[in-house]
Amino acid sequence: MSMAVISLTLLALAFGLALGYAAIRFRVQGNPIADEIEALLPQTQCGQCGYPGCRPYAEAIAAGTEQINRCPPGGDTGIKVLAELLGTEILALDEGAGVEKALPEVAIIHEDACIGCTKCIQACPVDAIVGAAKLMHTVITAECTGCELCIPPCPVDCIDMVVEKIDLQSWRWPKPAAIRNIPISVEVSDKVA
Amino acid sequence: MLAPIGTYLHSFPGGLKLKHYKAMSCQQSLPVPRLPLSAEYVIPVSQHSGSEDKLIVTVGQKVLKGTAFSSSEQATGAAIHAPTSGLITAIEARPVPHQSGLKALCVIMEADGEDRWAEMNPCPDYQELTATELITQVRAAGIVGLGGAVFPTATKLAGTEKIHTLILNGAECEPYIACDEILMQQAPEKIIQGAQILCEILAIPQAIIAIEDPMENCQKSLDKAILQAGAEALIKVVKVPMLYPEGGERQLVQVLTGEEVPAGGLPLSLGLLVQNVATVAAISDAIIHGKPLLERIVTVTGNGIVAPQNMVASFGTPISELVDFCGGYTPSIARLIMGGPLMGLALNSDSLPLIKASNCILGLSSADVSSTQPEFPCINCGFCVSVCPAGLLPQTLQTMIRSENFSALEPLHLEACIECGCCDYVCPSHIPLVNYFRYGKDQLQQLAIDKQKSTLARERYELREQRLEKQQTERRARHQKRKQALAGSADKQTSIAAAVARAKAKKQQPEGSDS
Repeated sequence: MSMAVISLTLLALAFGLALGYAAIRFRVQGNPIADEIEALLPQTQCGQCGYPGCRPYAEAIAAGTEQINRCPPGGDTGIKVLAELLGTEILALDEGAGVEKALPEVAIIHEDACIGCTKCIQACPVDAIVGAAKLMHTVITAECTGCELCIPPCPVDCIDMVVEKIDLQSWRWPKPAAIRNIPISVEVSDKVA
Repeated sequence: MLAPIGTYLHSFPGGLKLKHYKAMSCQQSLPVPRLPLSAEYVIPVSQHSGSEDKLIVTVGQKVLKGTAFSSSEQATGAAIHAPTSGLITAIEARPVPHQSGLKALCVIMEADGEDRWAEMNPCPDYQELTATELITQVRAAGIVGLGGAVFPTATKLAGTEKIHTLILNGAECEPYIACDEILMQQAPEKIIQGAQILCEILAIPQAIIAIEDPMENCQKSLDKAILQAGAEALIKVVKVPMLYPEGGERQLVQVLTGEEVPAGGLPLSLGLLVQNVATVAAISDAIIHGKPLLERIVTVTGNGIVAPQNMVASFGTPISELVDFCGGYTPSIARLIMGGPLMGLALNSDSLPLIKASNCILGLSSADVSSTQPEFPCINCGFCVSVCPAGLLPQTLQTMIRSENFSALEPLHLEACIECGCCDYVCPSHIPLVNYFRYGKDQLQQLAIDKQKSTLARERYELREQRLEKQQTERRARHQKRKQALAGSADKQTSIAAAVARAKAKKQQPEGSDS
């Protein structure tokens, strides 16, 4: 009896120590689920979801406090991949957050109207606007995510969203039209007649 | 010691035995005629699959034949040149032969009829130049792969230390195209010379010219030119069996060596460099005579053309002039195609300009074009699998692309598809398979670009967050320091009063002056 108690106690102690060591030695830094969710978000950093960026939204989804359908730039495709990752239902995009754009847009600054107030520079979440106080500002198109956060602060309304122009390099083959109506009924009726 | 490449022939999976119609355009006597000067030339700035070049000419400028329009300094660029002497009347977007039907930047030139050459830099003693100098000349001459891929040749030649064999591709396998066949009969000495230059650049001891089985005349003329040049030890002509698409780069390598070019890789990884024969002839022109790439042999053929023939035509010429030169269209003309019937590009107008990729202008009659048939569901017959020269599963790929399941495409190696059209040709359900594959490839490319963009945005967002946080901590530290300094000073009351006064003064200043 005492033998059993002692041996079990020793075993429990040994395993407890091993587990305790492992918990410290192999501690996972950060939140791996939030990381995976973040990788699927479009990184527009637009805040339309109600969070100050994609990372906070990803953390909220990982914590289970937010739905997956609040990202308009990701759109239906984004919701689909998030649902696949999390094993949840595919939801329709929450219209309260915004609507999905048909084509990607970027901001442009009408440079002759810009007064150089730097307010858009402070608003840009990805530092894609360059300029200095009282000097003209401009958007680095390649780095603009199209979040539209620069538009409200502009006191002279000189920022517009434009659809990126399609040239030979950015043109993409369209999807072939879906199967056309198969004239089976016509052929059958012909044969019957 | 292994037998040299080309001693034994191998085969690739799939392929189609197609009836050839090359004879249709090859009845003429050699040399083939040169198209008369056109009144206006439209030269698209970007005619290759590399980066876009910078224009160095302006509207209103008078140029001589061979003047460069764009600088070719970029790593994957290829310059364009004036096809004749004349005046640049405009630089604007015009329709170009491209599947999108979009307009692209073109240089529009009015010919002055004199056809006067700019000063050239011929170099008959190419052995005196270093490999780098030769490659620079090839780049300046705007030479691109003339087999259809239009990849800048200089880029292909740079960084090729491991090459042991040069393969010259004369096996044009599309049923109607005969421009390379004509070139090999008309100017074999240029091809041989070009091959010798390439062997010099790459410092390699052997080159193979691959031609199709029935090209008896080409073998004779090439063999004669090799003898004349005294290059028997260097260059060998090998006939490959006629099985479409044996002229594809990967398929030709497989036929000659029995080895498969890895998916996503290049023949370079097997120590091979494949060049089209017309490209090699252009290299010889560029180095020996200093002539940039201004023209090419074009096959104008098909039952929709009155007198099919081959001709030398300058880039920028309207395609309608080539057709007119052949007597125009027959009443049965139904479709105009640039390239061959399997891989070519249907044109919506014959006013489009001839470009470097235009090896053939094909006018098909209504009897040649099968009427549009309704697409039926895939019945998994497997015909497409049996003909695919890349060994892919077209029907599975098609299903995945149709359902937008792009992540499933990677293990199926969609990128290995060469868009040869064999699967389209045999599909009993008339499924536009190649169109699906093009769509799928473009979507994968777009997804990769989007991924890259979102990674960049995340990095920039995180860096900004870090910067803002750093500024915040620094500001806090500054405040703390000032507080401590105040607390430690002897005349505490006075300094506090002074600080309050300072703060008040600051407050009275208008806001925004510190932004």
